[in-house]
Amino acid sequence: MAGGATSGGSAVTDTYKEARNWLLLPAWITLGFLVLAPVLLMLVYSFLTKEFRGGVIWEFSLAAYDQFFFDRGLFGDDPAQIEWTYIAIFWRSIWQAGVATLLSLAIGFPTAYFIATRPEKQRVIWVFLITIPYWVNLLIRTVSMRFLLRDEGPLNSFFMATGLVDGPIHMINTNFAVQVGLFYSYLPFMVLPIYAAVERYNFTLSEAAADLYANKWITLRHIVLPAVKPGVVAGCILVFVPSLGSFLAPDLLGGAKNFMIGSLIEEQFKGNAGNWPFGAAASMILLTMVLIILVIYARAQARSDKEAG
Amino acid sequence: MKKLLTTTAAATALLMGASGAQAEGKLAIYHWFEYIPQELLDKFSAEHDVEVIMDTYDSNESMLATLKAGAIGTYDVAVPTDYMVSILISEGLADEIAPGELKNIGNVKDAFTDPAYDPGLKHSIPYQGGTTSFSVDTAEYAGDVNTTDVIFNPPSELHGKINILDSQGEVLALAAVHMGIPQCSTDREQLKALNAMLQAAKPHWASFNSDTAKEVLAAGDVTVGMIFNGYAAKAAEARDTLQYAFPKQGWVNWMDSVVLLKDAPNRENALKFMDFLLEPENIAAVTNFARYRDVVTGSEAFHDPALAQEPEGNPPAGIEGVFVQACDAETQAVYDKIWTNLKK
Repeated sequence: MAGGATSGGSAVTDTYKEARNWLLLPAWITLGFLVLAPVLLMLVYSFLTKEFRGGVIWEFSLAAYDQFFFDRGLFGDDPAQIEWTYIAIFWRSIWQAGVATLLSLAIGFPTAYFIATRPEKQRVIWVFLITIPYWVNLLIRTVSMRFLLRDEGPLNSFFMATGLVDGPIHMINTNFAVQVGLFYSYLPFMVLPIYAAVERYNFTLSEAAADLYANKWITLRHIVLPAVKPGVVAGCILVFVPSLGSFLAPDLLGGAKNFMIGSLIEEQFKGNAGNWPFGAAASMILLTMVLIILVIYARAQARSDKEAG
Repeated sequence: MKKLLTTTAAATALLMGASGAQAEGKLAIYHWFEYIPQELLDKFSAEHDVEVIMDTYDSNESMLATLKAGAIGTYDVAVPTDYMVSILISEGLADEIAPGELKNIGNVKDAFTDPAYDPGLKHSIPYQGGTTSFSVDTAEYAGDVNTTDVIFNPPSELHGKINILDSQGEVLALAAVHMGIPQCSTDREQLKALNAMLQAAKPHWASFNSDTAKEVLAAGDVTVGMIFNGYAAKAAEARDTLQYAFPKQGWVNWMDSVVLLKDAPNRENALKFMDFLLEPENIAAVTNFARYRDVVTGSEAFHDPALAQEPEGNPPAGIEGVFVQACDAETQAVYDKIWTNLKK
């Protein structure tokens, strides 16, 4: 951002130079209060001693992280072993979020491409249609999905009426239902950034490729995809990250038989466990993982920019 | 940090206050969802010229977490279950009601004036009592319903058709009843056996869900579902083949109580509200709505006549239920571990 301002080097930059700090103040305050302060609070809490039935005692402790990584048996006095429970919970969440992201990409990319290739007036309507489900609360949409997927629900009634199947296909309370729920909840997050990228794409490049005897597949892979990659990556991050921490879909569609990262953290604050430092520690580990993913993306992006430029 | 949290809670309280009308005073209730008829709140509002504000929660534990996170001082009363009443008292979150402050306290039936969770009713009044067990769709299952084997050791025809409440306290209490071991047991062999029993039962369960416990039974998603008796009665209205079980091994009893909270901003109105709920006609309106049982003398005259016939609300004589116990810190750590093992 700073680079952009200086490279301008004109009088315009100077006009705003003085005022810039003041103009940025609201943004800094918002970021500080709504992002930084809660995260710091979590970080501090994760290193405190837990108070029985919720709350913290202001004494430094590594117990929360110890609980995450080491297993000392049911009574806490066996020799320490590696704790696989929480790693398994994290892995399950990553897997579910990953599948949901791929599903969204598979449906979202063609959708976005379709919208971006419509005449300009129609595009607004298509984008508008994509956002309509967002006017309804996520909880209600997830509960509705439950109704659709249940054994006696409309989907199964339809399948059985058409004679495709004899008995109901069991979908509710399965991993499949969770993935469908996540996919459905976050699909627009995939469509919109890809749409924005494809809309900016210069379609005469595709025509040039066709003139040079590239078939459609080759054009897509070597011309279109590299050009719209930032949109695809942004869409994947926007779907993957919230899916990772979601607990509505796993609880309502997956039957909550197994903890996901989100429900594990929720249980520490709202459940019997009342272990706030552990909930904070699990949140910090999740946050660290997400940050690592973002840093890897940023570095890959910087490298490809360098190669391109 | 604590100060920051308190400030946030105070700001919330201010915002809530800002929306106030011209009423004489206010009353802030922290209540379970779907547990009091709106008409009754309106009646209290009109009788005492008090503006009633109500927030709701979906578990005793989330209510405790909210109060401890700084909401104490925001609400006047909350409605926790028996064991949580004793926790609120021991955590210093409940205010004391002086003798004579409640003029209707004499209306509480004798058997309920000195409960173990709040001896002498110094902090609370009983609101609704009931049982937790499970309902079975008898159209789908012809076997014996009145045994905890139905959920903890289910016959093969019930595999994958059972919903369990997503609530550690109730599930582990009923599991202890099933095994015939005391709650909060510290005996290692018993705890290991409890852990093993739950691990063996879990693969046969379809889901853990409290919020939709009623709907999954009414819609036929599951054949067996752990549930409270009032919810069971409502589910049976939608699907009349549902039968609420009173297992021969026992079940879970509970008593939800209105607790006067510490630092209540409208303490006077809170006491008026408690007195209001101790009047037979008013508490009967709650009972008719929630379909549990109140313990106020003379309320029967205002009860829906169907309540006396209702199988869910009338446990058989000769078998006792148990109240959920609050374990000490060390024992609770083991129970947390068992619960995490169950859901990992």
